[in-house]
Amino acid sequence: MASTTQAASEAAGNAAGAAGHAAEKVGMPQLDFATYPNQIFWLVVALIAIYLILSRVALPRIGGILADRQGAITNDIAAAEDLKQKAVEAEAAYGKALTDARSEASRIVAEARDEIQKDLDVAIAKADAEIAAKSAESARRIDEIRASAAANVTEVARDTAAAIVAALGSKADAKAVDAAVTARLKG
Amino acid sequence: MATQEHGEGLVFHPMDQFSIRPLFGDGAIHMYTPTNATLWMAFSVLCIFTLFVLGTRGRATVPSRIQSVAELGYGFIHKMVADVAGKDGLKYFPYIFTVFCFIVFSNFLGLLPKSFTSTSHVAVTGLLAIVVFVTVTVIGFVKNGAGFLALFWIDSAPLPLRPLLAVIEVISYFVRPVSHSIRLAGNMMAGHAVIKVFAAFTPLILISTGIGVIVTPLSIVAISAIYALEVLVAFIQAYVFTILTCVYLKDALHPHH
Repeated sequence: MASTTQAASEAAGNAAGAAGHAAEKVGMPQLDFATYPNQIFWLVVALIAIYLILSRVALPRIGGILADRQGAITNDIAAAEDLKQKAVEAEAAYGKALTDARSEASRIVAEARDEIQKDLDVAIAKADAEIAAKSAESARRIDEIRASAAANVTEVARDTAAAIVAALGSKADAKAVDAAVTARLKG
Repeated sequence: MATQEHGEGLVFHPMDQFSIRPLFGDGAIHMYTPTNATLWMAFSVLCIFTLFVLGTRGRATVPSRIQSVAELGYGFIHKMVADVAGKDGLKYFPYIFTVFCFIVFSNFLGLLPKSFTSTSHVAVTGLLAIVVFVTVTVIGFVKNGAGFLALFWIDSAPLPLRPLLAVIEVISYFVRPVSHSIRLAGNMMAGHAVIKVFAAFTPLILISTGIGVIVTPLSIVAISAIYALEVLVAFIQAYVFTILTCVYLKDALHPHH
């Protein structure tokens, strides 16, 4: 309680002192026209200082920084656009190379097929020729056999005719028999 | 006994913080006397120098923290001037930015305890407003000649109403610097004074434990709340002053509605 009283008396003392102080300056300091020239003078000084600092140094610098950044961004975007274009081109080139390779491959395949076909044709032709030769040989031999068979038949017919004539009891003229058999065989 | 005393025990000097005193000695205040106003204006200049000159020293493409704040401020006001006053208003951007920086730094420095708020004085805001008013009027007449008077002659209104509207427009035009300056000074002064009033109530618990138990915490909460509001007001008033400057400049550059 004692401390409260002490604080109160101190506060009262303060109030008294402050009251004395307040007596010097009554009302709003804002309306104390005696301070106006001072404030206006220093305000003008401050404004000129700020204006010079800003317009001579700070604003051109910040404007430059912002312009540089804008330029850098624009350049980067342009570069990115360029790279993208290059990527598209590379992809197109890749696609083209792929198509070329495919067509080349199919060309090679076709060539190989043609070559094989040619070889095959040659082989077939050769085989055909061989077959033809063999069949011709066979035909020749068949003809030979047939011819010899025919000759044999003539011989047998002539001998048989001569034997029959002899058996009938007449003397066979070899030349006449021959001619008669030949005529018959022809007929 | 304590309750009786507390009326005179509380110290109410909400306006003391605004008084202008010489920095050295206690003599009369002449024009060139360095005062507390001088000191806090110098702090503003120093802060502006630090932020916008030292902060951007690196000229980094990827900005440091301080540099991005400086760039943010630049971009903010640059865009405001371009949007409100138009592209041809950008010629006056350095001056508008000067005004904005001075006000915003004075307002925020004024929020420091024991500090002095330059912008709470009508002398300061009045000069700022008068400079804007005179500059804008001169620009208006130089750019448009007598055509600047079209600002007061509203073509879209019916003809009989136009003279009446012209009178109103002229009056409002000349009231501009008054409202322009009082708005800023009044806002800054009022908030600071209210904080001081609450601050005066705060030591009540030392005088009277009874009522002080309620009043002291309430005062502290109120001071915090009003301080938060003042932080907002400090920026908003700088913004308002600047955007109004831009609007007036737009009227001068393009007086036809």
